Amino acid sequence: MNFDRVKEKLSILADAAKYDVSCSSSGSKRKNKGKGLGDSSGMGICHSYTTDGRCISLLKILLTNVCIYDCAYCVTRRSNDIKRAAFTVQEVVDLTINFYRRNYIEGLFLSSGIFKDADTTMERLVTVAKKLRVEENFNGYIHLKSIPGASDELMKEAGLYADRLSINLELPTTEGLKLLAPEKDRQQMLQPMAAVKNEIALYQDERKKFKHLPSYAPAGQSTQMIIGATPETDLQLIQTADFFYKSYSMKRVYYSAYIPVAQDARLPSLQSQVPLLRENRLYQADWLMRFYGFKADEILEGKQPFLALDMDPKLAWALRNLDFFPLNLQTADLEAILRIPGVGLKSAWKIIEGRKFGKLSISHLQKMGVAVNRAKHFIDFGTSTFLNKNVLHQQNIKSIILSQSVSKFQAHYSPQLSLF
Amino acid sequence: MLTLLTYDHSLDGFFTAVFEVYEYKFENPWIRKEGLPEPALFGGLHRVITDAKKAERVINKLKMLLGENGLRMIVYGLLTEEEHCEKPILDVIRYAIAHPQKKVLADMTNLSVLKLERYNKQVNREKHRMEAFVRFRLIADSVFVAEIEPDFNVMPIIAKHFRQRYQDQKWMIFDRKRHYGLYYDLQSVELVSINHQQSLDKLSNLASDEAFYSDLWRIYFDKTSIASRKNSRLHVQHVPKRYWKYLTEKNFF
Ligand code: SF4
Repeated sequence: MNFDRVKEKLSILADAAKYDVSCSSSGSKRKNKGKGLGDSSGMGICHSYTTDGRCISLLKILLTNVCIYDCAYCVTRRSNDIKRAAFTVQEVVDLTINFYRRNYIEGLFLSSGIFKDADTTMERLVTVAKKLRVEENFNGYIHLKSIPGASDELMKEAGLYADRLSINLELPTTEGLKLLAPEKDRQQMLQPMAAVKNEIALYQDERKKFKHLPSYAPAGQSTQMIIGATPETDLQLIQTADFFYKSYSMKRVYYSAYIPVAQDARLPSLQSQVPLLRENRLYQADWLMRFYGFKADEILEGKQPFLALDMDPKLAWALRNLDFFPLNLQTADLEAILRIPGVGLKSAWKIIEGRKFGKLSISHLQKMGVAVNRAKHFIDFGTSTFLNKNVLHQQNIKSIILSQSVSKFQAHYSPQLSLF
Repeated sequence: MLTLLTYDHSLDGFFTAVFEVYEYKFENPWIRKEGLPEPALFGGLHRVITDAKKAERVINKLKMLLGENGLRMIVYGLLTEEEHCEKPILDVIRYAIAHPQKKVLADMTNLSVLKLERYNKQVNREKHRMEAFVRFRLIADSVFVAEIEPDFNVMPIIAKHFRQRYQDQKWMIFDRKRHYGLYYDLQSVELVSINHQQSLDKLSNLASDEAFYSDLWRIYFDKTSIASRKNSRLHVQHVPKRYWKYLTEKNFF
């Protein structure tokens, strides 16, 4: 192996892959049976964190950054004047195995520029996964990118070796796509997604009958949308996410704040700020939909299609729905308790368990991990502790809560932005 | 009258002490690790001699009362090695024995239960950190070797994870703080201790392509970060500095 050449390839192809924010390695049940290498039956581990604080769980690389397309938001686009490189199948296999053996990673996340047609590209990705599974007896996690326009047959094969398959929508609306990636069409993206979805459903049925059937993409599908490259509202983003969770049984939708990579009249300028706070709020909203029982149209209503930046969407909902509160913790049901700002999934369960032993006080809540400063405004303690909502209207609660908390994003919305 | 029971720092030692609390009906027992400075006021001193049979009986009883999970919580509590961890743990055990019908571990109004929860959180986090932060290097003897210095004594509870994951390579994880480690020889995992400088030297005799892969990993770490999103505060929160010493990506040779 030419060491220096491999190092150079890795620099180029890791750099080009970093904009894909997904790094999940959980949700698979692949076990190490009989002296193989690796196991993905657990939770998925972040082995390190990037200097921007994101989880490093997988070796995330492109097979090649040669691409025949010219999507405006992408560094790999055809018209961009950058160094191009391509790994061989064996090089990717060696890297994955050797990183895995050293406990650097949970597995591989392999994506690629579309270097020829869709099927040729997809086939090459599948070959890597197949080699890892069949020749190396590798049971670590494999996430493959589905290539828009790849045939159903290839997608069927991909799922036999991969734990997860994903295809990035990137732009939530067809208009956005037309503007920035005119050569791509939405249908080409949906087709492999649908193939995988159907295959997963089929396998789930079959497995009920035949226990030993191999699994098919056990960690399901995910997708990613870019935030802030096009003028879509948060409401549109959330509704799109909701649609894909429901209609395509997506496991995850990722939001990626657009990082300017091109000087292009259709895009925010190279100097524009990365909308990290907005990205963060969208994740919070997504979380509320998936785990807290919120509906898309509860999080945002038509009149105000953007998420508030100065507070999280759960607090925003609570302030819009003060009539729902105060709640009596001794009697409220789980769904209601989950709506209290400052109460998380775990602490909600602890409240349900703990209240069987007696009346819960503020100090109990504190020990259960509730953010009491926030939550106390929405809880009925039976005495005067609850600050009467006639006296304390929306604006007051908001300013009290916000004055007590320090946000890591404060600088982004503080009116006193310093100019120098 | 307060009775001080001292034990030899082992899990079995602690469970033997619990057994003897009931055997001798000590009214006001205080279990402590031996060798700690003696407190000013106590009535009697009882030195516990570790007895595997007694320990096993306590363990079985606890399994019955609290389930596998409950027993695990107690073991994790002891692995904190905290000076006073025995007190809340004994409290919880006595609470459970006194109320066999109650799900005492769910009693979030009990301060000792909450303390035990805290211990579990801490030990669990350290366990997960070690499962994440172990970095193997391949040595000339074809063994993948890692060193760690965990905050708590998590070696016994990470063995299973690595055993399951790395079945076709020899590996060793060594706790530099507590001077013992795990060694897997392709058959089973054993506890080992290394005392000879000679053996330690062997561990730094690297295989020929080791430097290549650790370099690649550092390159990868560097390239997968996004400069325009840099957030050192968040980074250090996830990877606290005290762990950097053994992280390949944090050390440039
Ligand atoms: S097809 Fe994919 S890799 Fe190619 S330019 Fe478009 S987004 Fe980038």
